[in-house]
Amino acid sequence: MTIIRPLALSLALSIPALAAPAFAQVPASPPVAAPATPAPEDGGLEVTVSDDSEWQDLGIAITVFATDQDVPTRTNAGSTAALGRALSQVVADDLRNNGLFKPSGPAGLPQPGYDQIQAPDYPTWAVRSADMLVQGFVRGNPDGDITVGCYLYDVALKSQLIKGGWKVGPGDWRRAAHKCADMVYSRLSGESPFFDSKIAYIAETGPKDRRMKRLAIMDSDGANHRFITSGQATALTPRYSPDYRSIMYLSYLNGQPSIYVYDLDTNRQRLIARTGNPTFAPRWSPDGKWVLYSMATAGNTDIYRIPSAGGEAQRLTNSPGIDIGGSYSPDGSQIVFESDRSGSQQVYVMNADGSNQHRISFFGGRAATPEWSPRGDQIAFTHIVGNLRVAVMSPSGGGLRYLTNSWQDEAPTWAPNGRIIQFFRTAKGSGEASIWQVDLTGRNERRLPTPVGASDPAWGPIRP
Amino acid sequence: MRIPSSTLSVGPRSLVLVAASALALSACSKKAPESLPPAPAASTTTQTTPGTLGPVAGSQADFIAKMMGADVIYFDTDHYDVDATDQAALARQAQWLMQYPAKRATIEGHCDERGTREYNLALGERRANAAKNYLVSLGVSPARLSTVSYGKERPVALGSDEASWAQNRRAVTVTID
Repeated sequence: MTIIRPLALSLALSIPALAAPAFAQVPASPPVAAPATPAPEDGGLEVTVSDDSEWQDLGIAITVFATDQDVPTRTNAGSTAALGRALSQVVADDLRNNGLFKPSGPAGLPQPGYDQIQAPDYPTWAVRSADMLVQGFVRGNPDGDITVGCYLYDVALKSQLIKGGWKVGPGDWRRAAHKCADMVYSRLSGESPFFDSKIAYIAETGPKDRRMKRLAIMDSDGANHRFITSGQATALTPRYSPDYRSIMYLSYLNGQPSIYVYDLDTNRQRLIARTGNPTFAPRWSPDGKWVLYSMATAGNTDIYRIPSAGGEAQRLTNSPGIDIGGSYSPDGSQIVFESDRSGSQQVYVMNADGSNQHRISFFGGRAATPEWSPRGDQIAFTHIVGNLRVAVMSPSGGGLRYLTNSWQDEAPTWAPNGRIIQFFRTAKGSGEASIWQVDLTGRNERRLPTPVGASDPAWGPIRP
Repeated sequence: MRIPSSTLSVGPRSLVLVAASALALSACSKKAPESLPPAPAASTTTQTTPGTLGPVAGSQADFIAKMMGADVIYFDTDHYDVDATDQAALARQAQWLMQYPAKRATIEGHCDERGTREYNLALGERRANAAKNYLVSLGVSPARLSTVSYGKERPVALGSDEASWAQNRRAVTVTID
């Protein structure tokens, strides 16, 4: 197992080789209007989520990143010229695969020279009906690091909208591309970035009745995949810590299902609580200071919280039945959770200290695995009426909307910006599991590339 | 988050060691180790080949042979109550357990695949406890019985149909040799 070293992803906005022109802060002309009307309190989705057709009408050209000198690098992409092609491909894939835009390039487009990166050939792009132009460069540094610059231009206005530069280690070159895609996405949409983030999940192999389940991680686009546990003990339901240094998950290591905190720096783990009872459903608070877990005692399951640094556990629920899971509101003041105290699984909200527990799901069927959006405006959950479907509702329980319609979709997890959801889909019969992604319009659904079967995705926050 | 130093090492090598030492324990010790990790294969399969002599009295193989299917009880969708059929099966289990008072048993709770993963872990635990409580009511000491839930993770019937799901909503009593 390799240990991911701390990243030096420094913002390098002043790039000596290219005399930086005045930073033009011209507002993007046509593309992305901010929400015209204030969102209503409930189900403001139609207003705050831009229709994808608007996005896709925007002509974005993404060009091969230029280099001043084609030299070997220590990256797995090859020389700086090859790296320039790979970087632009990652940027294009990020923007294209999430259904946000339909960019063109880098293949089939003219390749700007190094000296054109800050002085685009606007007429060429205007003829090609490009509204937006992404250009960039890559340079190898003597110390082995690479420097990547990324520029977004408005072709009609003939002006630069935003630029960014990053110096990264050779193993982190994809992060520079994700940062570039994040910058373009944020500038054009007004939304928070999310591409430079990671996902913990469960890798599944083997037949249905003796399936091996291992803890694994990957980047938000499925790259840099790595297995964390060997699979000798079944692993389930991981959650990345907000600082990405550890993962909480359920393991059958000691026979009884128990929650462990796995430290990614040291590859060691510890029990979150020595209870002697089975523990399930680990969750972090947004600031990483608290941990929620659920514990079964004589068949009755309740939710507890404990300081993540260790300390005394506090029981938050005490109803007869199964109270399980829990997801904090972004400000940490409330927790949405699942309980069958009414006779079937339903979604409830309580204050972070366990007070004021009240049910919010009143629309028939069963409602499970609630996850509060990082934006605070929606709760994603699994709705069960025969089939399992991923749906969203407002924090008060209104505005139910389905995002998926398949035989068995469950366990939604939010992108850091609260605009995209991942979940896992189980195939009828074979029971094969795969991770899927859908945006809040429900229209852009795609399967994530994973080397083996995959379940229980847990999306971490945007990386600094 | 910083992790205190009193941690458990779980590199792949130490996992192997744990498994190996657990095997050694079970091979040379009669005392049932509580820390025995679950067998990677489903421990619920009924592999009894009585052969010419039959299983050793008081062994798990003997238990399986004597139960003739009554080592497993089944539940309705989303339920965990022990019905009349289950009571008869559990009475049979209790009778055997009373006959071999030194034997301990683990009750495994399972669910069908048509529920969410975490809830099914809790539901399996509730089912295993329902079976345990009934055995205790019949006079089996609770100290001899442990429970473990596998949720929907270890189906015994592999189809995605009502018949398979009915077989998978179960509590299985496994005696510890």
